[in-house]
Amino acid sequence: MIQFPEFLEFSISDFFDAIINWLLSNLSEFFDFATLVIATVFNTIETGLSFIPWWIIIILIFYLGKKFYSYKMATVLALMMFSIGMFGLWDSMLYTIAIVIISVIVSLLIGLPLGILMAKNVRLEAILKPILDAMQTMPSFVYLIPAIMLFGLGRVPAVFATTIYAIPPLIKLTYLGISNVDKEVVEAGQSFGSTSRQMLFKIELPQAISTIMTGVNQTTMMAMAMVVISSMIGAEGIGQEVLISIRRLEVGRGFQAGFAIVFLAIILDRLLQGFANSLEGGIQTNE
Amino acid sequence: MNNYIEVNDVQLIFGKGKKLEKAKVLHKNGASIEEIREKTGCAVGVRHVDFNVKKGELFVIVGLSGSGKSSLIRCFNLLNKPTYGNIKIDGKEITTLNKKELLDLRRNSISMVFQSFGLLNHRTVLRNVEYGLEVKNEDQKIRTSTALDAIDVVGLKGWEEYYPYQLSGGMKQRVGLARAIANDPDILLMDEPYGALDPLIRREMQNELLNLEDYIDKTIIFITHDMNEAFKLGDRIALMKDGEIVQLGRPRDFFEHPANDYVKDFIADVDKTQVLRAKQIMQDLPFILKDDISRTEARDILLSNDVKYGYVVDEKEKYMGYVTLEDLKKSRVQKVKSIILNDIEPFYRQEFIKDLIPLLKETDYEVPIIDSQKRLKGVVCVESLLSAIS
Repeated sequence: MIQFPEFLEFSISDFFDAIINWLLSNLSEFFDFATLVIATVFNTIETGLSFIPWWIIIILIFYLGKKFYSYKMATVLALMMFSIGMFGLWDSMLYTIAIVIISVIVSLLIGLPLGILMAKNVRLEAILKPILDAMQTMPSFVYLIPAIMLFGLGRVPAVFATTIYAIPPLIKLTYLGISNVDKEVVEAGQSFGSTSRQMLFKIELPQAISTIMTGVNQTTMMAMAMVVISSMIGAEGIGQEVLISIRRLEVGRGFQAGFAIVFLAIILDRLLQGFANSLEGGIQTNE
Repeated sequence: MNNYIEVNDVQLIFGKGKKLEKAKVLHKNGASIEEIREKTGCAVGVRHVDFNVKKGELFVIVGLSGSGKSSLIRCFNLLNKPTYGNIKIDGKEITTLNKKELLDLRRNSISMVFQSFGLLNHRTVLRNVEYGLEVKNEDQKIRTSTALDAIDVVGLKGWEEYYPYQLSGGMKQRVGLARAIANDPDILLMDEPYGALDPLIRREMQNELLNLEDYIDKTIIFITHDMNEAFKLGDRIALMKDGEIVQLGRPRDFFEHPANDYVKDFIADVDKTQVLRAKQIMQDLPFILKDDISRTEARDILLSNDVKYGYVVDEKEKYMGYVTLEDLKKSRVQKVKSIILNDIEPFYRQEFIKDLIPLLKETDYEVPIIDSQKRLKGVVCVESLLSAIS
């Protein structure tokens, strides 16, 4: 009576296997196509980034840091970027950024409309909320498995897994931003005879923009975290450095790569926040 | 003066689906608001409401929070769609409008001002005021010039490029008002517009609204929970409780014939000096002296009435001043005209009696009450004032 009875055991793993198998056998063309698209976009971005001289990137970061914050912040951010180069991780960093950028773009394309719909549709809200919660608590490694199954090894499944892992905060915060727009502001919009399109673009989205930007920021940070993990399925980048150090037990190399990731995350976070604040320029909440 | 807005047995129940259907049945059978809420979870906003508003009238709906007044006012622009009943504006039924007609109504005929202003904080004052014209796809030039005019009317000239968070509460509400009148609507809905303002600003805004009312000539439906505000502003007032109108009438009707104890209770705290007008408490004069009679004649009239002074009017009954018995006895002049004293300021009969108090303080006599033609209509003495407000 102490152990869980064997006859009650029931596995849902077959169910998920069946889903993946079904997807593979029925939608393989779609996945091939998606792979092609993602790979093309990825290569374009990576090649584009690699053509920019390293010092321009550092100057750009310094300029943005100065614009959004201060000389002090600009210097710190630029130095961080510079040290990534000194660690010999510049190319890996570009690769990592490329994955992050694509994942964030895909997240925006899917997450924004979904978040808006979720705020407007009670039923969709009821369905999506638990799913998003589950997605956020699911161990990130789990996403790697279907990613390999569907897209093979390499950069494309990395983008896929990263996007899936990073998208929930964007959807949630878009939904939150839209549904938290002040009731009287919404009524004011309606009382002047706005169409639902005008409501969305002239009132709801502008009012929700700061919350949505918080979502974009979080999504970017989550993507950064996932990029490292997705090196396990063959994505290159700084994550691979970490993986190699684990295999070879090279503590120093591991920390070096780790710091590079931390620096990159800080740079992205600060610049995005600065951008969000500049967007709001003078906009503050009612009372 | 015809009925411009007709509200016919409007009832409003909030809810959805099966619960709403159940609530409807209960409501039809006359269940109370509490009973319906307990059994179905649906809130009844308005039970049975009938009234008419005349064109150009300032109609005030007053009641405590939860009395259904805010739910009711939202029926006029269909932010709340009445569950039952009809609302006609200028003879046209609005509860059955289709989507396009509704947009049209909201864009052109009715504007609304909100309690916590409902301003778009990502837009400047100017762009806020422009909003109503913008959704109508009005030409940008017309938009800006109309908005600037409206901003001028509410006294915010020079603040066009500021953001709402940079303004005080009173100024924000002016932006709300400017936005509403920029659309040049026939009807202005004001949902507790001054509820969030401090008392000083509130009084200032009330006076401005009264002045503005002459100027913009709109039908205004005004919501408040403040009885003083209601009496001060309202041509007519509807007092609501539990989704129904308890009493409807002119301000003085409420004092003279309160419908029940609830109304009595409600108006108990009203500062009557701020809501009663001079004409409502003045006394008739036993006699009035013409300015062309002789001094001795006047003296005899005063003696025979056993009073120490009398009021004098000209041939058009216009108020001239007063004469004292002492002067009449001492003086050697022929005509009354030359010894008239006029150090007592006459008081316009439509004004509130709170402004009478300082005048009464200054003089030992009674304060003469005049009409808009300056004709002497009566007097108010300290005693009559005290008896009116006690």
